[in-house]
Parts: sequence; structure tokens; C-alpha cells
Amino acid sequence: MASDEPVWIIGAHMTKFGRYPDRDLIDLASEAALAALDDGSVTVQDMGVLGSGCLYQANAGVGQRLQKQIGQTGVPVYNVANACATGATAVRTVYLTIKAGEADMGLAVGVEQMGKMGMLGAGDRERGTETVFEPSGRYGSVIGTEGRLGTNLMPGVFAQAGMEYAFEHDGVGFEQFAKVAEKNHAHSELNPLAQYQKRFGLEDIMNAEMIAYPNTLLMCCPTGDGAAAVVLCSDERLRSLPSEVQRRAVKISASVMTSDPWVEGGQVQPDVNTLTRNAADQAYEIAGVDPRDLDLVELHDCFATAELCHYDNLSLCEPGGAGDFIDRGGPWRDGDIPVNVSGGLLSKGHPLGATGVANLYEVATHLRGEAGDRQIEGAKVGLTHVIGLGSACAVHILEKTA
Amino acid sequence: MVEYLILDEGEPHLVANVCASCGAEYLDRRNACARCGARQFERQRLANEGVVRTFSIVHRAAKGVPAPYVSAVIDLEGGGRVKSNIVGTDPDPEHVKLGMKVRLTTYVAATDDRGTEAVAFGYEPIAG
Repeated sequence: MASDEPVWIIGAHMTKFGRYPDRDLIDLASEAALAALDDGSVTVQDMGVLGSGCLYQANAGVGQRLQKQIGQTGVPVYNVANACATGATAVRTVYLTIKAGEADMGLAVGVEQMGKMGMLGAGDRERGTETVFEPSGRYGSVIGTEGRLGTNLMPGVFAQAGMEYAFEHDGVGFEQFAKVAEKNHAHSELNPLAQYQKRFGLEDIMNAEMIAYPNTLLMCCPTGDGAAAVVLCSDERLRSLPSEVQRRAVKISASVMTSDPWVEGGQVQPDVNTLTRNAADQAYEIAGVDPRDLDLVELHDCFATAELCHYDNLSLCEPGGAGDFIDRGGPWRDGDIPVNVSGGLLSKGHPLGATGVANLYEVATHLRGEAGDRQIEGAKVGLTHVIGLGSACAVHILEKTA
Repeated sequence: MVEYLILDEGEPHLVANVCASCGAEYLDRRNACARCGARQFERQRLANEGVVRTFSIVHRAAKGVPAPYVSAVIDLEGGGRVKSNIVGTDPDPEHVKLGMKVRLTTYVAATDDRGTEAVAFGYEPIAG
């Protein structure tokens, strides 16, 4: 029987996202992990479990390699991969372990080193020298389908998600999508941890190189390197920790993960909406929080088109009203519900495995009142969201305690 | 080029594997129904006409793929949804519109060393 007591974040850290050709994955993971432990005034010896999220080295024992640098304590290690929700999945392995009573404190680390790997999703088989057509795969294809039967590249897939929203709702077009990028790039100027900190005008964004209409280059997140870590703690254990740790602790009021329920056409074009709605609805109910109570949201803006859909999926706007929400400045840092004040994935960067931990760092830092120039004053409740295609979605609601 | 495109039974058309229990439609080889769990499927011919539900104009394409091209998801008349390229029109937002009516068309996409042609399908705009 899982505990009804809350789980707390007592330590959090993220590296600046960017490109680190001179450092390896474990350097980045170590930096985040050690700083998160220091932030919580605890040591690796206190950790009863380690959750390690890394997508592109998912089979390479990243968690154990991290232990070999920062502390081989013999505790269970879970190396997880769950597309872009990998980091959040690592957090949830620790969260669930604490909920189950098997540990009272644990460390979750998300890390990725991508360099300049280009667009993701071009997973066609290399047919190379093959010169005789043979049907293969579940669709019995004889040649690569990418670019012939539509696209599976991420910029196009998420462009289609946004255009589907435009098909179903009025007041949404190229300009509304571009405004999302205008906002996030503007927000990034205040975040020293962002990969890019540069503001762009709406015209610059709309006239930038077209990658997959309506997503221009400035409406697509970059690839990059980085790590983030959080230390989670049970309610009972928290009460034995120093008062300063307790004062800065952030409550996880809801932690929810979903996958795709069956919907028509969901195996043809990924449905990024239904599982996000399901996760958000569950999280609001578990936390007893209304979307209007949120002081800030960090959501998965891998592409500008995606963010617009998620205003609606997370109930940040009226149903069908995402276009109006961005038009009236609702998600700007001085708007109704500030969204991606970190600069979002578009500017902060998106080292895949780190993303679902870094958004917890961001919200927790605001709730602690420690976000510096980008601080949302008086923030008490925040929400994080990540989605990995396939799909996996995680939503967390965090609350300030004192 | 894919098994769900049928070329030798009259007019080229697509077929779906339809769950005998709940009617969910799939284009791939199935183990069971992802909606209801049933394991019996029936082949069903899909309509050649439909409307553009969503699209993207891909400018930066995968290696070896000519660009720009239009990727789209089509809602077929009478049910079913399929992803392919929009062909037979200029790849720009002035010519490709949400809700536009389209019809299936086929073309030779590649030929192997024995002369076997891989026939692909796309959708071209139709009036009305």
C-alpha cells in the first residue's frame, strides 16, 4: 500500500544547457547530481535509490557510471529511457520507490549529450546497396517511406500537430505559432542557464529559414548537452532534516504519467493531445489545484506549434482558445499564467534526458524565490509537463510550503 | 511500396485491417486490437477521396529526399485516416489548405535492379 504522505524536493540543480565537446556525459551528470545533493544539504550516502535518465545511451549503464564518480553505495539504480519524457521517468522511479516505502530519500538525474546531431526522427532503414525490393516491416514497405508517405521528422510531425489544432479551431495560424517563439526567446534573456539568450522580433521569426511549415528555424528547439538532478525525500524523513532544508523544500502535489489511449488515427499521426489532457486532468484532481491557481508553467515546447496546443491541453486557456491566449499575451511572464519563463526548450535547449528534470528545477527555484532576474514574484504553485513521442507524458504539480 | 496499397484489384486503393469486434482501423500487420484487445481482423477497402486534416511543408528534409514537399494527414470519406504527401500542386500555403479535398494518385517512386517498380501513393487536390 503506497503512502499517502507527500514526497518533497529538497535539492535541485541544472547545468547550463549548451554544447560541451570537452566534457562527457558523466561529467555533466556529476555536476548536476553533486550540486543537487549540496543544495539539499545531504550526501550520496543518504540516497536510497538512484534514477538515471538518458535516451541516447540508454543501454550504457549511465547511473552506475555516475555512481563510480560520485559514490558507489550499492543502492538500486534504475536506468530509464522514455523518449523526451526520460528525465521525468527517472524522477518517477525515485518518487515511486519513496511512495512504496522502500527508500526515504533518492536522487534522480537526467542527462544527455547530443552535440549537433541534427533533426530527430529520420528513422528509415538504411537500404544502401540493396537493389532487389523485398517487403519488410509492419507495413511491408519496399523503399523508405520518409518524405514519400509524409514525414516522421520531428519539425514536421509537430507542425502537423499544430496545424491540426488550427483545422479544428479558429484564430490560429502561422502568426500565432510564431508569437510563441517570440515570447520564449524574449523570456530567455533573463535565464543565464539557457543555451540561447537572444530576443527576436516576430518578423525575424516568421522570416527565418523555413524548416517545416509553419515551424521556422527559430520555432524549433536546438539539440544540445546538459544535465539536471533533483533529490526527493519522504515526508517523515523531511521532518528530521534541518529547518533550513525544510523551509526550502518544495512539495510534489501530483506526479502523473500517461501513455496514448487509443484514438482514431493515433497510429498514423502522433496524438500529443489526449495523453497530455489525461495527465493534466489527473494531476489537477490529485493536487486539488485549479489551472487558474497556477503561478507558472514549464511545458514541452519542442516546437512552437506544440506549445500552442498545450495551452489548451493543460486547460491554461478556454477550450479552443489557444490562439486568443497567445494573442492577448496570456502566457508571457506578466500575463495570466506565465509559461516557459525559462525560455522553454526553444531557447533553454532540450538535451532530451535532462529536460524532464530541468523543468522541475525551474519551477522549484521560483517557488523557493531563488530565480534571480527571472523570478515570478510570489510564486506558490507551478506545473511541469513533458511529452515524449511514442508517447509518454508526465505532469508534475509543485507547491511552496512555508 | 507498402502492403496496404493495392494495385492489382482494379483502381489503386488502400486497405485497412479492421477490428472485427470494435471497428478500429489499422494500416499495419496486427497482433491484436489496441482499442479493445480483440484478435480478429477483416480487410476493408478505404475510400480514395478525403480532406486534408493537417499538413506541413517540409523544407529541410531527410537526406536524399527532394524538398520542399507537403506531408499531410487525410481524413478519408467513410472513415479512416492516412498520412502521405500532397502531390500535383505547388508546395506552399497558398496552394495547400486545411480542409482541402484530395484524391489518391499513384506514381513510380523507384525501380530496383531487376526492373521491379515501387509504386507510391500521394493525394492530389480535386475541385469542390
